[in-house]
Parts: sequence; C-alpha cells; structure tokens
Amino acid sequence: MYVAVKGGERAIDNAHAWLAEERRGDTAVADLSVAQIREQLSLAVNRVMAEGSLYDADLAALAIKQSRGDLIEAIFLIRAYRTTLPRFGGSLPVDTEDMACDRRISATFKDAPGGQVLGPTFDYTHRLLDFKLAADGEIGEVPQAPARDTATPHIMSFLDREDLIQPEPAGEATPPDLTRTPLELPADRALRLQALTRGDEGFILGMAYSTQRGYARNHAFVAELRIGTVPVEMEIPELGFSIDIGEINLTECETVNQFQGSKTNPPQFTRGYGLVFGMSERKAISMALVDRALRWKELGEDNVGAPAQDEEFVLYHADNIQATGFLEHIKLPHYVDFQSELELIRKLRREATQMQEAAE
Amino acid sequence: MSAYNFAYLDEQTKRMIRRAILKGLAIPGYQVPFASREMPMPYGWGTGGVQVTASVLMPEDTLKVIDQGADDTTNAVSIRRFFERTAGVAVTEATVEASVIQTRHRIPEEPLQAGQILVYQVPIPEPLRFLEPSEVETRKMHSLEEYGLMHVKLYEDISQHGAIATAYAYPVKVEGRYVMDPSPIPKFDNPKLEMEAIQLFGAGREQRIYAIPPFTQVVSLDFDDYPFAPTKADHACDLCGAEDSYLDELIVDDAGGRMFMCSDTDYCLTRRKAGHIGAQGVPYEEASV
Amino acid sequence: MQTVAIEGGFLDGPVQSSRAFRQIMNALARPGTICALDGAEPPAPLSIAAATLMLTLCDHETPIYLGDGYDTSDIRQWITFHTGASIVAPQKAAFAIGDWNGLPLDQFPIGTPEYPDRSTTVIVECPALVAQGATLSGPGIKAKAALSLPELKAFQRNAALFPLGLDFFFTHGNQIAGLPRTTKVT
Repeated sequence: MYVAVKGGERAIDNAHAWLAEERRGDTAVADLSVAQIREQLSLAVNRVMAEGSLYDADLAALAIKQSRGDLIEAIFLIRAYRTTLPRFGGSLPVDTEDMACDRRISATFKDAPGGQVLGPTFDYTHRLLDFKLAADGEIGEVPQAPARDTATPHIMSFLDREDLIQPEPAGEATPPDLTRTPLELPADRALRLQALTRGDEGFILGMAYSTQRGYARNHAFVAELRIGTVPVEMEIPELGFSIDIGEINLTECETVNQFQGSKTNPPQFTRGYGLVFGMSERKAISMALVDRALRWKELGEDNVGAPAQDEEFVLYHADNIQATGFLEHIKLPHYVDFQSELELIRKLRREATQMQEAAE
Repeated sequence: MSAYNFAYLDEQTKRMIRRAILKGLAIPGYQVPFASREMPMPYGWGTGGVQVTASVLMPEDTLKVIDQGADDTTNAVSIRRFFERTAGVAVTEATVEASVIQTRHRIPEEPLQAGQILVYQVPIPEPLRFLEPSEVETRKMHSLEEYGLMHVKLYEDISQHGAIATAYAYPVKVEGRYVMDPSPIPKFDNPKLEMEAIQLFGAGREQRIYAIPPFTQVVSLDFDDYPFAPTKADHACDLCGAEDSYLDELIVDDAGGRMFMCSDTDYCLTRRKAGHIGAQGVPYEEASV
Repeated sequence: MQTVAIEGGFLDGPVQSSRAFRQIMNALARPGTICALDGAEPPAPLSIAAATLMLTLCDHETPIYLGDGYDTSDIRQWITFHTGASIVAPQKAAFAIGDWNGLPLDQFPIGTPEYPDRSTTVIVECPALVAQGATLSGPGIKAKAALSLPELKAFQRNAALFPLGLDFFFTHGNQIAGLPRTTKVT
C-alpha cells in the first residue's frame, strides 16, 4: 500500500523557522544591528540600493540582515518592497556639477579645476589582511581638509568647449521607466542606462571587461570619476517652485572613447556614461563602457557581433532578480514535464531498437 | 494585512493587467506586453500567474492552486497562502468547487465549466524562442505569420527520431492565426485547451499575457503523415485505477521499483472517495490522508 | 469643480472594480452574453455600465475619445476626476465612448502588425441591448449567439482586419455586452 506524500504546508513553516535560526547564528554572539550594517558594511548597502533601485540605506541594511548577507536576496527584498510604494512625483534631474565630491579623479588631465581628490579609496591599499581589525576596529585621528565651496566643473566640459567631444545636449523629455512599461526594443539610450544602473554588478563588469579584451573595443579613458552627494530637487506645483527634498550619494563616470569623423565631420571623441547610487565605482566605470559599446548604431560603427553590442542580449540578461528567479526555478518540481520526456525517450528507444533488430 | 491592497497589487497595476487580459482575449494566442511588477516571490515561480490571478480575483471567489497537478506541492501551497492572506478568498482543493484555478504545468482532468477561470504560470511565453533567441525577430515572425521555422524544427525531429520529439510545451495554433506556447503542460493536456472556461496565461519575467476565450479553436501543430497524438504512461493509476489520467512515476524502492499515480491529486482522491481502487491502493476510508 | 464631478465613483474601489472586471471580461470572452455592470453614477447621457467600465479600466495611461453628444463639460470633469484619463482625438484614443452615429470608427487606431493590441476599445451606448438580432460566431461562442447590433457591415469590415481591429462593448443602462474583433457577424 502506498500513501501519497503530503505536508507541504508544515514543511514550509519548519523551513522558515530553521532559516530564522540560521540567520541569527550563535546566540552567544551579539545580534547585529541595522545601524552597524549601514555604517560598517556601507558598500554592500550601496549595492543593494543601486540594484534595488531604492535610495534608503536603512532599508537596504535591514534587507542585508534579513537575507543573511546574500546581496541578491537583499536586492530582491528591496525591489518587492519598492513596487508597493506610491509615487508622489518625479524629481528634477540632479546636477552632478553641484556634487560635493568625496572623490574626484581624472585619467586624462593631470590637473583641472577642483583637482584630483583620491578620497576614501581602496586603490593604493596593499591588499594585506589587517589582523588588527579582528581585535579592534577603532581608528586613529583622521586629517581634515576644508570643504570646497564652489562647483566642480566636469572635465568633459573642457573638451566640449573645444568641440573635441561629441555633444550631448540636455533634453526635456521625461525618460522612460522600465519598471512601469514593458521593455520594448530598440531601446533608447535613457532606457538602456536605467537598465544598466539597476543591472547586476557582476554581469555589467563582465560585459565591460569583454569590450576591453577586444569584443567591441572602444578605447575608453576615464575622463572623470566623481563620488559625492548631490541635492535632489522637486517641483511642487502648489508652490510654483522647486525645493530641496534631500540629498543622495552618487558615483558618476564619464569616459572619453575612440574618436570618429568623416569627410564632412572632423573627428570627435565619443562618450560613455555611468551613474550609480552610492559609492559604486566599479559599477559606474563598467556601466560607462557598456553604454558606449551599445551606442554603435547611433555612432555609425560596425556591429562586430560582440555580446556587449547586443542591446537585446545585455538588457534581457542584466537583471539579477529576473536571472536568479528563473535560474533557481528549475529546482521546483518538474515531475510532469520530465515524465512526458521519460515516456517519449522510452518510446523512441523502443522504436529504434525494433528497427535495429528488424535490420539485423 | 490592511497594509496591502485587496489581492496585493495596487489598483493602477490591476487596471493595466486587466486591459492586457482583455486585449489578449480579443486576439487569442497573441502575447500582449505588460509592465510586470516585481512580486514578493521570485521570477520563474509564478509571478505572471500571480499577477493575473490578483487582477481577476473577487472576494466571492474560491481559489485552487496546483503545481504539477497537485494542491500540496510547496510552491502551490505558498501561492495559495499568499492569496488567502492578501485577498481573503476561500480556497479549495476540489476542482469543481473552484471559480479560479492557478496552475503550473497541468490542466485538471475534470473538464472545466463556464464559470471557471484557469490561470497558467508561464516561464517562456514565446513558442519560437528556442528556435530564434531574438525577441525582435520572433515578434516580426508572428506579425508576418511566418512559422516556417517551427515546422522545420518539428520536421527535423521526425527525420532524426522518427517522431516529433516535443513532449511538453507542445506548440499550438490558436484560431488559425497565432502559434502559441501552451506553457509546459504535457502534450497529453493539449486537447483540453479547447474548453468552456476562460484561459489566461501570465509570464511575469518575460512581461507577457495571453489568453484563450472559451470555445476557441486550438490545434496542436503536426503533419498529415505524423499526426499529433497525446500520450501518457501506459499504465493505470496504482491508487485509484484511472486509465484516462496523466500519471506521475514514482521510484518506490532501492531496486528501482516503480509505481504510477495520478498527477491530478484531486481527481485521484475524488475517484478513491467514489470507491475506485488501483492495484496498490486501499479503500479511501482506511487511508490516512 | 462642480459636485457632479466628484460624485458617482466607486465607494470601495478594489472590491467593486474586481467584480466589475469579471463582468466585463465575461462579456468580451463570451460575445452575445449580456452582463450586468453597475457601481458608477455618472452624469447623463453616460450609462451606468459605460461609466463603470471606465472606472474599472481607465486611468492616466488611457486617453479617451468622447463621441458627439458625450463631449460635455460634466462628462469631461467626471472622467478627469475619477480616472485621470485625458480626453483626446480619435487617433490617440485607447478607449472611445459614444452612440453609434457619433463615433468616427475609421479614425481609431486598429493596432500594428507587431502590436495588434494597440487598438482602441470602443464603447457603444445603445438605446437597447437584447440577445437577438445579428448572428454571432467565433471564439467565446459555442455555436451561434445573437445580439442586437446597430448594423452589420462595420463589424464585418472590422473582423476582416484580424488580427488588427477594434474591440467593442455595447452598453445600455446597467447592461454590457462585448464584441471582439474575432467575432463574425451575419
């Protein structure tokens, strides 16, 4: 006699209880606070905000705690929460020229107004494990410099003035939003940039790296990388003017890329652009390279068939929440479709064997 | 749960999905793009079906959720709970009692009635996707009714294997126009696609909704000399003895012994309650269900 | 804004619109079936059924065309207040509403070969709605159905455009019936 397997409900409840226990870990070790995550794992928080498309460090920190440090899971929590939020309106475009820069470097000019500011970078740390941190995370006195109180001009603006770089005039159009309208191809640049800034850091990095290795190489120089805070303004119709509603931390990367020209147009450099929530420079640089690679058509370049040039390929596969969901769904029951394959393969084998026997 | 709207989705999202459903019903088998929302469950786990169900549910509905034909598979349990919690609807495991049925990979054995709605979870809505990966290209093919690629694929199967080597997600042509993926149901279920109930298909990650109104012609693609044939395991259900239902195969001992039972658990149970007993079954009263 | 504009909406939007949608969906999925649809209390001459459909399906993403006799300030204000939809020319309309003679059918979008769904849904206000008259067949219909249609030719022409074409609802009082582009009428 056989009794069918039941108990899905209880199994789920028990799995959740066990998960909670594992999340907490050894109760002899102090519980991790959301504030600790926000302050001390801030780059993880930044990534969750960027790919979750929600600028809220406390919620991102909470999501990281809840997901046991699985950042894609944390991004998923934030995305699912984000869709339930009402929309009160759109801000004005932020002006990154007004950024209070913590870091600002250019690989194209040795110096420029605003200077080269290394800021809090890992760049020149020797990657040696700091065993002192294991015992004590306290820091000594940190030197302070006076804050710069004037706007820091974009390096690109100097190239722009000389007409050396392809112009990118400001547009009045409201950019599309792929979280509110289904993705339709071909996508315009604003939509691509939205997909890239929300896209998985690893995927965008891999795509960017592939362009550097020759799959649609576009000779990128980092004209400027800047990280800092910008004010966010919103127009309030009732007031008839705009007000500051807060400030956000951003990383912006502008690349100068290979020039092009023709008999009628003298050569000009071209650009790639990356803008990401928080301090996320690996992502911002990667984004700029992929953005540039995707622009082959408008810039009159050849499609060499490189993955990073294929807008459909990049946009359909950059989202880690879509990817991980679909990837992991193959662990769900597939008894029914597998059963149909089983029957088919048995039938085909039976027929093949019979034919073979008949032939012999 | 008052923090969330009835059936979770906000009203604007529901309106957008409802409009897509209506266009889907007006153009049977055509995939209507919709702005799929991010749901509190993973893509690939029924987010399309869940959004469609959330947009059609009324408080008076009785909901049934099945995965692989069964009500108690973990993901079916999880989705059913989601709607119990967010819509407060009654739920059932009985096919005949349900007004809305969300399914993954099966059509219930019991023929559905006029008042019922069947909502399918769809992973890849595009029947041509594995022949042509580009969405731009497949959209063009549908617009031109250019389905030669599909026939070539089926024909290549025949020349290689002597039969069409597609056992599930078997493509159909709807009302003589659109080639449609019926979702990964076994081809055994294909003939049931012509039914009295409204059928709605939701693909969340791929942002598509499509539909089959009642009494719509749905033809499984085939060739005159290789006609379509629905197949199942050549067995009766070992629990209820049914010979007309789709069967799951179970490995029951270390020696690899097999048994077969209805994939539609409600169908099986209903038969057993009515006194049918399969080769390895026991009368219903004695079974510890 | 006058009081007529802010009255007559749903009292419990999520629940009322869910019930209304079921009726609307059944009407379109089963051409020839006349369903009851109410909840809205619109300014005349808008019918309860047509207004309830708008409350259920229209918002700022769905521009509406108002036919002759329906483009009144009362109706405009009511629609704007309750749905946020803009009132537009026929070429831009996602929905259109009017009586049969007040609707420029040949000016509505019928969709494109790649996106046949991008076509207008036309709500025709009728002096009466009964299950007799023209004979209907096609998806959603078991063998034959009957519906009082204002004429045959226009619907035959529309069906010939398939998979492009307009989709229709007919409304009268609190009654609604549907006629998608797939329905053949004789």
